[in-house]
Amino acid sequence: MSTASLSSSTMTSNTHPSFTSSASTASTATTVIPASRPSHTSGLRVPSNRKTIYDRNLNRTRTAELSRASFAYLFSEMVSYAQRKVTGIQDLEKRLNEQGYPVGLRLLSLLTYRAPTPSRSSNAGPARPHRILALLQFITTTLWKHLFSRNADALERSQSSHLEYYVVDNDPLVNMFISVPKEMSQLNCGAYVAGIIEGVCDGGGLTAKVSAHNGGNEMWPQRTVWVVRFEEGVVERETILEKVGKT
Amino acid sequence: MSYYFCIIGSRDNPLFELEFGTSKQGGDGIARFPPEARQLNPFVLHASLDVVEEVQWINPQMYLKRIDHFGSSQVSCFLTPTSTKFLLLHLPHPPNTSPSLQNHGQNPHMFPPYASYTTSAPSSSLLTRASATGGAGNAATIPTNPASPQAEEAVRLFFTEIFEVWVKSIMNPFQSINKTLSSPVFKSRVLTAGKKFL
Repeated sequence: MSTASLSSSTMTSNTHPSFTSSASTASTATTVIPASRPSHTSGLRVPSNRKTIYDRNLNRTRTAELSRASFAYLFSEMVSYAQRKVTGIQDLEKRLNEQGYPVGLRLLSLLTYRAPTPSRSSNAGPARPHRILALLQFITTTLWKHLFSRNADALERSQSSHLEYYVVDNDPLVNMFISVPKEMSQLNCGAYVAGIIEGVCDGGGLTAKVSAHNGGNEMWPQRTVWVVRFEEGVVERETILEKVGKT
Repeated sequence: MSYYFCIIGSRDNPLFELEFGTSKQGGDGIARFPPEARQLNPFVLHASLDVVEEVQWINPQMYLKRIDHFGSSQVSCFLTPTSTKFLLLHLPHPPNTSPSLQNHGQNPHMFPPYASYTTSAPSSSLLTRASATGGAGNAATIPTNPASPQAEEAVRLFFTEIFEVWVKSIMNPFQSINKTLSSPVFKSRVLTAGKKFL
């Protein structure tokens, strides 16, 4: 899946070898000593106001809403950037997906950090979404609220496949200002949001593939359905854990 | 008490490591691991990853408390939502072994500074000996008894602080989740948190 983060995919094309490397690094644990490399203190560059990213607050939520116009402008630029040298609609959707993926990975941690501590046990701290249902609810409520200031319109379970779940939004913000030409009618720019959802699922250890599909009807022409398809092993583990009775 | 803190990525790759000592009860914040323990510590931490994998689908909490022990060293774990593991190994030893305290030299045979990793002595015997001879009614405080609720709470606060700093660092678009954390500011933040809570 995507290795480049949002900005590095737009500015530079570097990939992160550490993310793609296999798990064999555990055997070389004693030789990899990232913390004790001596050369780093000298070359540190600090911003002029002496505030590093570590000095900033992570809890700016109320006043941090972005104007819709600037989002629409930025997103249209992202779509046209992704459209360069693509071979087809699938390729374009894949690129949009890859732009969203690192956003999802980060949002999972950030939103868990911001989640209010459950009041019944003050020292427990917010929980990780570690089950399929908990994760999907996290996506349709917490994640959607953070991204679009409202919940998703529906969360459905597929009748035909036990691996698939549907997240439905009647009027998604990403498609609000996008008019897709007729010859590209298959395209749904919700692929970007699909990438975010995929990042959240993968980050949580519940590996899934997510795709965006047009589900427009008379009332909601822009209605979009995101199909979340979990890997076989994830669902298998879920059923085993349910059988054991550990929730 | 000496601590060895390590961050392990979601692919079981080491991202960050740091040794430090306790700052409570007159400790000077310097880790005093015997040389053979320093070499063993990464192995002990990586061995505990098996336990983390077992617990992570059962326990939805991020702080998994003490999950493993080896000899007299204990391993605490904090699991972020993206399966990044914060592991803290604590090796208790009697508080009097700090060189700043003068009664260290009076009866050195009473205070074995470190439990040898090769002996099979149960950790509890060392702990009771330490708390019995340490006296002064501080047996339940953090450095002497890592199983006490106070110690667990201190470790939890430490981990919570690290989690905040870690989220800040991965919000950086040039940092990815499984990239080593080489920032000196991050390191100093971890040291500050260790000084504050442990």
